[in-house]
This record gives sequence, C-alpha cells and structure tokens, in this order.
Amino acid sequence: MSFGRRSPDGNVIYTFTLDNYTRLFGYSTNCPDGQASCYDPLYVNILGRSLSLAFNTTLFVITLAYPLAYFIARAHPKQRNMYLFMVLIPLWTNFVIRVYAWMMLLRKEGAINIILGWIMNLLHIPFTPLEMLYTPGAVLVGMVYEFLPFMILPIYTSLEKIDVSLYEAAADLGANAVKTFLRVTLPLSMPGVVAGTILVFIPVMGTFIVSDILGGRQVILVGNLIQRQFLDARDPTFGSAASLILMIMTLVVTYFYTRKFGFGEEIVVA
Amino acid sequence: MNPFRRSPFVIVATILVYIFLYAPIIGLVLYSFNASRANVTFEGFIPAYSQNVVMDGSLVKSSPCGPFHWYCELAKNGDVAEAAGNTLTIALVATIISTVIGTMAALALQRYNFKMKPFSQLSLYIPIVIPEIVMGIGVLTLFSQFFGWVNEAFNLVGDGRLSLGIATVTMSHIAFMVPFVTLVVQARLQGFDKSYEEAAMDLGANEWATFRRVTFPMILPGIMSGALLAFTLSLDDFVITFFTNGPGSTTLPIYVYGLLRRIITPQVNALSTVWILVVFMAVLLLQILQNRDSKQHL
Repeated sequence: MSFGRRSPDGNVIYTFTLDNYTRLFGYSTNCPDGQASCYDPLYVNILGRSLSLAFNTTLFVITLAYPLAYFIARAHPKQRNMYLFMVLIPLWTNFVIRVYAWMMLLRKEGAINIILGWIMNLLHIPFTPLEMLYTPGAVLVGMVYEFLPFMILPIYTSLEKIDVSLYEAAADLGANAVKTFLRVTLPLSMPGVVAGTILVFIPVMGTFIVSDILGGRQVILVGNLIQRQFLDARDPTFGSAASLILMIMTLVVTYFYTRKFGFGEEIVVA
Repeated sequence: MNPFRRSPFVIVATILVYIFLYAPIIGLVLYSFNASRANVTFEGFIPAYSQNVVMDGSLVKSSPCGPFHWYCELAKNGDVAEAAGNTLTIALVATIISTVIGTMAALALQRYNFKMKPFSQLSLYIPIVIPEIVMGIGVLTLFSQFFGWVNEAFNLVGDGRLSLGIATVTMSHIAFMVPFVTLVVQARLQGFDKSYEEAAMDLGANEWATFRRVTFPMILPGIMSGALLAFTLSLDDFVITFFTNGPGSTTLPIYVYGLLRRIITPQVNALSTVWILVVFMAVLLLQILQNRDSKQHL
C-alpha cells in the first residue's frame, strides 16, 4: 500500500510509485519560490527527532534502572519480592494514566512548579513558574517514566543470576569495589541491559501518546505522523510508507545492537 | 565480603528512583479529592456532606459523598461503566482464545519438527521487535480492506455492514497476545521431562488421556502465567485498540485518552485511583497465591 497513491476522496489507488518515499526523505513539490521541486526537511527531521529521543530515553533509563536493579538483586532474598512488587505497581497502572499523571505534575500550576516556588521563596530568589509541559523535555521525562520498569526487570534478572562466589573471588584477588563492578558485575549483567534496551528502544520509537499529550504540537514523532496520516489526514499510503521506514529503522538498530552484544534471553523472563 | 553489602550511592539512587516512580501516582490520587472542578490547582478537600451538591463557581462546597464526590460521580457515569464492561469482555475472550492457541503452538514447536519450524519460532518475536503502531495500522488496513470488499460483494447496507467494533478489537488482541503466551508456555516446557509421558503411555493411557492427566497438569503453571500476561496486556493495551475500535467498543484506556484531549475533571483522577487500587489488589493476590504455591512444592 505504501507504493500506492491517494485518490482525491481519500481512497487508495494501487499503483507502483515511490512518491511517498521521496516525500518522506525531503522531496517536495510544494515550494515557496515557484520552483518545481525543492528539499523540505520536515519529515527527515521527524525521523531524526524520534531516533535521538529513543537513544536519549534508553540512556536515561539504563542510568536510573541499573542502581535500583542492583539494589534489589543485592537485597536480602526475603525482601526482593517486595521491592520487585513495588516496581510492578506503576508498570501495571495503565500507560495512558501514567502520562496523565505527568501532565498534572509538569503543568505551569503543577506540583513541580509549586515545590520549586517554595524552595526559591525560602532562598529569596524571585521565581516565575517554568513552562515545562509541551516541551521536548516533558516528552523525554514521560518516556523515561513509562519504560523504566521494562529495564529494571531484565537487569535484575541477570544480576540475580550472578554467583556470589565470583565477588568473593574478585575480592580475594585484590579487586576493590569499583574494579569488581567494572570487571565482574557489569559484563555479566550485559544480557539484561541488552534485553532491556530492546524492550525500551523499540516502543519509544513507535509511541505517539506520550508526545501527543506531553508534547502538544511542539514535539511530533514518527508515531504521531503515522497516526495522523491514518486517522486525520486520511492518506494511508503515506502513513504506510512512514511505518515501513519506522520498522526498518528499528530492525536495523536492533540487528546491529544484538550482533554486537548478543541477543538477550532475558526478554522472555521479563 | 558480605554479598548483601550496598554502597550509600546505590541506596540513595534507589530511593530517588522509587520517588520518581511513585510521585506521579501519589499526585494523581491526591487530586482525585480536589474540590476544584477545573482541577488545575489543588483547592483542598471537599469539606462537607450535604443532601445536594453545592457549587461555588467551579469549587464544590459540599456533596452527598463529601470528599469522595468524584468517586460518586464516577459511579453514576454510564460511559465509564460501558467502557469498563467492554474492556473486561475483550480481555476475557481474547485471553481464553489466545491461551488455547498459544499453548497448542508451544506444544507443537516443542514436539514436532516441520519445514517452517525455524521461521515459526522466529516469528514469535515479531510483536517484541516491531513497534505496536505498525501492528495497529496493519490490522486496521486488513480489516477495512476486507470489510470493504465484503460489504461491496454482498451489497450490505446500513446496520448490516461489517464495521470496526468489539469483534475486531478482540481479534487484534488475540493476534498480538498469542506469541507472548507461546513464549511463556515454551519457557515452562523447556524443563519438561518426557519420561512422564512415556510412563503414562506404557501404562496404557492413550494420547488424550496422557495429555489430560499428565502433561496438562504439569504445564498448568506455565499456561496460567501466560494467560495472566495476556490478560494484563489486553487490559492495558492502547495502541492496537485505538486503531481497531469503532462506535460502541470504547475501552477504558481509549476513554481516558479521549477525556485528556477535552475537559479534565477530578473524575479522571478518581477513575485512575480506582484502577490503581484494583491493579494493586490483583498483584497482591497473585503474589500471595504464588507464595502459597511455592511453599506447597517445597
């Protein structure tokens, strides 16, 4: 369908044309200065923005998830279940509801601005509430929040499998805490990190709710583009082309990533 | 070296991450008691009980339910009840069907060698490695094309036309849940000792009796956890439902999303709070059941 054309009344005409793809990569016939064609980076920018957001989200999520997973894996076995349970509760709360919670926090009148206001008041610094909602930062925070548990669980699974005697051996051989972590813990937990990255990176690439609600019209991602082509603009051929590109992008990234680090079997466990 | 030793850095980071995980939820619950209908700032709890709802501008002064005003409003909201009913119906039907199909697929992949086996195994990972939105538009396209042809071929008009609704949502859910169930049941089958089945056959049980009396009870925990995963995936699903639902098949996530794009009253918070409580109870119950189960096996 992505090779087809849109008829004036919104139906799909099945031909073979690459128009949708050239349009996606910047070829435009809708030029300001009367030229027949020109370069319009609109859609290329959307693709790039989605990719960089997915990379940043994954990095932040790993940074936040690792210490927590490490803490749970090192906790007393009887307490581990309780800590895991506490990670599961936000995960099982509906996706849409979690975005809504952040919308309330990030608003100009929201809790974050109120708390910042108190602190600034105590320090006698003049404070004007920050405009946080409908910015790229808000979308990043929302994405990190949504997908954090998907990283904690696989990292925990692989950390928990590590034999305690390995730490003792490392200590006996004279490694300090940092060295033990870098040479023993981190390499052995890589399968968990890989699995978590796959579980985070791919959905972030395709999600449109977070950017829709926390990003407003400012932050448009591939997901929003596809959704609009299908439901508002009624050009499913262009939407199909965009989703094919999205699929190829995630598959390519996953392929190279797993080839470098191996495929995490922890995916199934999570 | 004490294996349970944790550095202060890890402890502080853990506390911060837990705060990050829970702060939004606590805020959400707090605002469900908001006296302000506009729900922009927190204007305190609703102070008093009274026969009728008393409003002052957008502030609720008193209500028959007192601070729980928004929960009572929620209970009276017919749209919410309908959406909740749809959500549960779809989740139940889709879970049962996908669990049966998924279990059969797992057994087939475990026992038989066939030409397409590597391909079938690999295709189980499709819902994991392909963004959900691609699946969503995929099924949407499939349904709308197919329905278009059928409606044209049989000259269906008006209410007789095939259109998107509960059936399409359920079918799409089954399609994306089957691989997850299969993977979970497969993980359980991996440790399955075939000699039990052989023993049953030697003792004269036919294939069906062997399955029913030996294999099935042994893999039941795997099937149950697969079913549970499927059920939660279905309850929680937004993207695929978003593309395949039609008039009358709104589910709770779709309903909440619709509200977020229009007016938001504390009712949305009340709905979210109830949801969180239900999930909390379900996870707690599950943990207790699992603990009891594992103790029995010891």
